[in-house]
Amino acid sequence: MTDGFFAMGGYAAYVWPAFGVTAVVLAALLLTSRRRLKASEALLRDLESARPRRREVNP
Amino acid sequence: MTGAFLAIVGRDLRLAFRRGGDTGSVVAFFVITVTLFPFGVGPEPNLIARIAPGVLWVAALLAATLSLDRLFRADHEDGSLDLLALSPLPLEVLVLAKTLAHWLATGVPLLVATPLLALLLNLPLQGWGVLLAALALGTPSLSLLGAIGAALTLGVRRGGVLVALLVLPLAVPVLIFGVAAVDAALMGLPATTPLMALGGLLLAALVLAPWAAAAGVRLSLES
Amino acid sequence: MSWWHRLASPTRFMSYSAWVLPIAGWLAAGCIGVGLALGLFASPADYQQGETVRIMYVHVPAAWMALFCYSAMAASSAGYLIWKQPLAELATRATAPVGACFTAIALVSGSLWGQPMWGTWWVWDARLTSALVLFFLYLGYMALAEAFDDPTRGGKAASILALVGFVNVPIVKFSVDWWNTLHQPASVVKLDGPAIDPAMLVPLLLMAAGFTFYAVAVVILRLRAMVLERKIQALQRQLAEAR
Repeated sequence: MTDGFFAMGGYAAYVWPAFGVTAVVLAALLLTSRRRLKASEALLRDLESARPRRREVNP
Repeated sequence: MTGAFLAIVGRDLRLAFRRGGDTGSVVAFFVITVTLFPFGVGPEPNLIARIAPGVLWVAALLAATLSLDRLFRADHEDGSLDLLALSPLPLEVLVLAKTLAHWLATGVPLLVATPLLALLLNLPLQGWGVLLAALALGTPSLSLLGAIGAALTLGVRRGGVLVALLVLPLAVPVLIFGVAAVDAALMGLPATTPLMALGGLLLAALVLAPWAAAAGVRLSLES
Repeated sequence: MSWWHRLASPTRFMSYSAWVLPIAGWLAAGCIGVGLALGLFASPADYQQGETVRIMYVHVPAAWMALFCYSAMAASSAGYLIWKQPLAELATRATAPVGACFTAIALVSGSLWGQPMWGTWWVWDARLTSALVLFFLYLGYMALAEAFDDPTRGGKAASILALVGFVNVPIVKFSVDWWNTLHQPASVVKLDGPAIDPAMLVPLLLMAAGFTFYAVAVVILRLRAMVLERKIQALQRQLAEAR
């Protein structure tokens, strides 16, 4: 049964790469977009915590 | 307005011919690109004649793209574009005048060089008239599309390659109908449908391209 | 202020997108999960195309998304050029890579479908060719938007290009259709007739909905990142001036 399912009626070499490429592309896009958001969130947090300290030093 | 329009066309043409390089290098590029194809596909006359319309059109498209970078850039860099934009002439008309001058300085020389290349590629004589008509209708569209690309990339440091990337996909319809017209003539069929489609594309480009290119030029003047 | 002005204010966007994002994300995961399960297990194989028809469940929705994303980019470009909404320009920029990825998926899966059905990896079929041109349009947009040192200028120039490309897409489609009938008269299997089995239609629509929610989620992710990046630039400028 699973053998037949994964064989895709002899077309496994076409069906699975199609799904695989879709999964890889969509996952990569999602992860890079997420990483970009996390990076900018972290940088913004650093900057905002840096700002008040500067004001204390130089009023 | 007509006077100002013609004055700009004349100015650009004089500049192009005095500098001289533009027209010469575009035609030379066209000729050399076309003569490379027989080396690529082999000297078999029938095969070369079969692919001749496509080769001539693709080479003309590439040659027209090659010179686009200078359409607005030189005037933008020496500041004369700012002065021209101050004139009462609408920017759209200014863009149209500069595009017309560009076509006269590069598109028309391509047309002149085409019969020689058609000869080299063994293009049957019955296709020549339609080939020239198709190029005459199609190359102005290429200049107009190119004006959009040239205007939008003003201020980009390496604009030349970018213009090609922006303009070539837009030129696909012109290429399709241009080659189809010549193919139809070679098969002894009437070429009116593709030629009319080329004319329609030219009209659409005449209406829309100056507007988009003027928007791009305006953008470069703001900063 | 009209409703879109309020929706387009960056501060408001940051607050409402924070709760739209997880909803879109979970809806995408749910629709794609159920759609895959139905498409891979419950739907029948096609009597002509056999099991390869399952490629349709990623190929067709991806092709729809390719067009949908470009239309959305044209709409937000118009919104930017007409109403001067900075968020609309960022939205166009955020959508472009998503659309390009879907176009790439449609091209690759179409090629993988074509090999067993037509016997070649690529035919210059009208749909594949127009999708390829659309892919080039996406690349051109992204290259132009990133080419300027000043992001505002890049945004404006690229918005104009997106509109020009949008006008050009139907012209390309029409000319490629015409060219195609000229060269190879109707040899290609029609894939989306109206007579599609409901057992196939349900997973197809679920996948399409899932891809749409995925696109919404990723566009929100990228937009949030871009809004924060602009904020960071402003802060850094402020810090540099204070120094």
